[in-house]
Amino acid sequence: MFELPIQQLIFLFLAAVAVFAAFNVILQRNPIYSALALIVTMCALSGTFLLLEAQFVAAMQVIVYAGAVMVLFVFVIMLLNVRTEEARLDRVQYLKIVTPLLFVALLGEVFFIARSVTTAAPPLVTKVGEHPYGTIENIGEAMFSNYLFPFEATSVLILMAMVGALVLARKRSTQEIETLGRILEDASKPAIEPAQPMAELEEKQHELAA
Amino acid sequence: MLKWITFAPLIGALLCGFLGKKLGEKFVSVVACGSIAVSTVLAFFAFFTKLLPMPEGKRQITEFFFTWIEVGTFRADFAYLLDPLSGIFLLFVTGVGLLIHIYATGYMRGDEGFYRFFAYLNLFMFMMLTLVLGDNLLLLFVGWEGVGLCSYLLIGYYIERKEAGDAAKKAFIVNRIGDFGYSIGVMVAFTTFATVSFVDKEIGGKVIPSLFTQATGQAVEGIGVFGVMTAIALLLFVGACGKSAQVPLFVWLPDAMAGPTPVSALIHAATMVTAGVYLTARCSAIFTKSQTAMLIVAVIGAFTAMFAATIGIAQNDIKKVLAYSTVSQLGYMFLACGVGAFSAGIFHVMTHAFFKALLFLGAGSVIHGMHHEQDIRKMGGLKKYMPWTFGTMFVGWLAISGIPLFSGFFSKDEILWQVWSSNSLPPGLNKTLWFLAAATAMLTAVYMTRLMVLTFWGKERFKVAHGDDHGKHKADPHAIHPHESPAVMWVPLVVLAVLSLVGGYVGVSAAWGGSNHIEHFLAPVLAKAAPVAEAAHGAVTATALHATEEAHHDVTTERIFTGISVVVAFLGIFLGWQMFTAKPLRKMPRLLENKYYVDEFYDAAIVTPIQGVSRNFLWRILDVQIIDGAINGIARLFGETGSAMRFLQTGFARSYAAIMLVGAIVLILYFTFR
Amino acid sequence: MVPLSWYLALSAVLFTIGVAGVLVQRNVISIFMCIELMLNSVNLTLVAFARFLNQSTGQLFVFIVMAVAAAEAAVGLAIIISVFRNRETLSVDEESLLKL
Repeated sequence: MFELPIQQLIFLFLAAVAVFAAFNVILQRNPIYSALALIVTMCALSGTFLLLEAQFVAAMQVIVYAGAVMVLFVFVIMLLNVRTEEARLDRVQYLKIVTPLLFVALLGEVFFIARSVTTAAPPLVTKVGEHPYGTIENIGEAMFSNYLFPFEATSVLILMAMVGALVLARKRSTQEIETLGRILEDASKPAIEPAQPMAELEEKQHELAA
Repeated sequence: MLKWITFAPLIGALLCGFLGKKLGEKFVSVVACGSIAVSTVLAFFAFFTKLLPMPEGKRQITEFFFTWIEVGTFRADFAYLLDPLSGIFLLFVTGVGLLIHIYATGYMRGDEGFYRFFAYLNLFMFMMLTLVLGDNLLLLFVGWEGVGLCSYLLIGYYIERKEAGDAAKKAFIVNRIGDFGYSIGVMVAFTTFATVSFVDKEIGGKVIPSLFTQATGQAVEGIGVFGVMTAIALLLFVGACGKSAQVPLFVWLPDAMAGPTPVSALIHAATMVTAGVYLTARCSAIFTKSQTAMLIVAVIGAFTAMFAATIGIAQNDIKKVLAYSTVSQLGYMFLACGVGAFSAGIFHVMTHAFFKALLFLGAGSVIHGMHHEQDIRKMGGLKKYMPWTFGTMFVGWLAISGIPLFSGFFSKDEILWQVWSSNSLPPGLNKTLWFLAAATAMLTAVYMTRLMVLTFWGKERFKVAHGDDHGKHKADPHAIHPHESPAVMWVPLVVLAVLSLVGGYVGVSAAWGGSNHIEHFLAPVLAKAAPVAEAAHGAVTATALHATEEAHHDVTTERIFTGISVVVAFLGIFLGWQMFTAKPLRKMPRLLENKYYVDEFYDAAIVTPIQGVSRNFLWRILDVQIIDGAINGIARLFGETGSAMRFLQTGFARSYAAIMLVGAIVLILYFTFR
Repeated sequence: MVPLSWYLALSAVLFTIGVAGVLVQRNVISIFMCIELMLNSVNLTLVAFARFLNQSTGQLFVFIVMAVAAAEAAVGLAIIISVFRNRETLSVDEESLLKL
């Protein structure tokens, strides 16, 4: 193990933490524990980003993802007062067996594809007149020149999300609740009358034939 | 101009059919009879002013309308051919047709379907004339089928009677059997000769000679040899058997008497049933090249004549007697064709049209006067009630029995002589056939005498209503007041009687000083039969033909045989008179009365098995189980598949996600290993 | 020093864990978190490739992905809140209206 360069060691450590925390995310019953585990995963990934000389992205990961999005999750979990699940019926029992199989299958496939890529990272070359790779300035240069449109589109998207979240999550008046209730009832009734079963039609045909 | 001869009745049919119901009986009568009158006048005009003046051997008028079918090497036109054979047919078909139309306006008066009747009758005339005038086998077939259709429509005219409908179906189906043979015959003819036309035609740039020109060049196939000419001839003859009611396809004709009497007179006596004879005469060039076929035609003709005569003698319905008589006389015509005397056969067709139509119309008059009583056992002594009917039927009776100087005598005698003196049949056979024919002639006289005696002479076997007190009819519902028919009905009878009397003079044979106009007139279009001995060599030498001619010119023998015919005729009448004047209701043998149980036999042997197979196998199994089962099975398959697939739609998002994942894995797998 | 395949391997593992989590978890918020996990793994792939191809486009894309993920989380949680008000349960198995 000591023959490995220091970078590889750090990577292995961060990877182990990330994977372990990820397993926790999916295996914990209490959603708060899942959320916390996810935060740990994100921090580990942030470290990995640093290894890849993506400083800005690493910072963004911690500030935005772990610091805002996950906090939002935690807020909602606490708002809805979600407890550990009671022993509700698991309607889709077979998934307990199927999921590990699919897990292994998917992993195997991706490993099979990715096994041949063994190249080490080439040294970074900074182009003349540009900022170094991975810095805020570098990304800003790209974002506000070549990729201006996606940037603006993203801002519109965030606006939509805000409006949508507000509309969806507000309290409904009694009238609205009633209307919604009626719509749900209509939706749960079958739309078309079930057709005459085959057997009856055949009986009639035999009657005519005889 | 020929087209108006056929299209006038067609237009008449359309007018009567579409406008007749609204415009009433008078309109229909005038239009229907008028259209036939136009045809008749034009036919006579064309025949006498156009055809007759032409030199012998070149008497041919063609009229071309359009090329109906031209596919590859096959060509059939819509074109007419007027030559001696079709000319004679044209004359008596239109003439007798006109008389019957006039008669029918009186007979069918007051009937609800008056307009329908005349529409069909006119349509029939159109079809019959197309049959006669067609210049190729296919157009002839159009007319052939058309008359079959009209026969069906008219036999089943009384739509409220079940037996009329059954009889119509029977006629059509039995005819169809014949038509099957005819169609195959046409196909074989086409493959052999590359044409189906009676005149030379240009097909694909080449001029292909007519069927008959080509046939004449073929070698004669002797007796027992089954070559292509025999095949064609026999197949066409099957069609003729169906249409002209020969054994074994005659069973429809007696049942066809369920139709109105004018129909029986026109279609089933004078015109449609002679179509088979027309076909045989028209294709004489083909028939004479096959001695086997000629033999079969002659034997069947003679057998049918005798067979039907024996049944006719035991029938009690006036129309059935005449029906079997028609079958019997048709047998004579085929016998004549079979021994090579085609012109004698045609001659008999013509005279038969006259006297048989007369007899049928007279019978109709009797039925009309007896208020629709048809059983001759319930008649008697009618001669004083219906003088005109009696007088004209008297003439018809003498004509059909072959009494000298009436038309039937000349034609029947000619046939008998030709049968005796022919040498195109195996030796000895022609004498046997002559004997059969002569015996049938006597039987004919016997049963016709029976008919006349039971109907017109003797005591009345029905209750006569006395006086003109119609009010007292309630006293005895079975009493009938027989009366003569109106003039519109007996005047045609008189015309036909005159024709039955003088119609024979065109065919007086040379042995008696006549010039036998009809035989000479028809000679260019009818072929001669080859003698038996020569056929073995495959060619007819000139000396052999000369020998044939010699045999026919043996005048003394011919005169002797004429004498025999006369004796036979008088003997028959005498016998009939003796047997039936004394004891009118003499019982005839049960076997004959039940027509040898032929219908019952056909029913058991053919009809019932077919019905059984159809119902139990074709319908129950093939249709319901297999075909319906397949369709329903496919529908059910989809239903079942849907039911089976329903488990996929659980409504749980997680299972959907799982399925998506499986799909994704499969896709990645595919792209990994591609 | 670290070969590209290692980064890809890590990303694959995290992604697969996220997928398995979506199938296994019954709490709908947990399912959302697993989706975030998947997005994270994809971010890692993007950054890795950006480094190895010496382009900053990949990092830019990651930035945008994060923004979208945030928006999606906000809206999704809003939906969950509104559904929870009606149903009183967060079990995804209870919502089987898609069943025929």
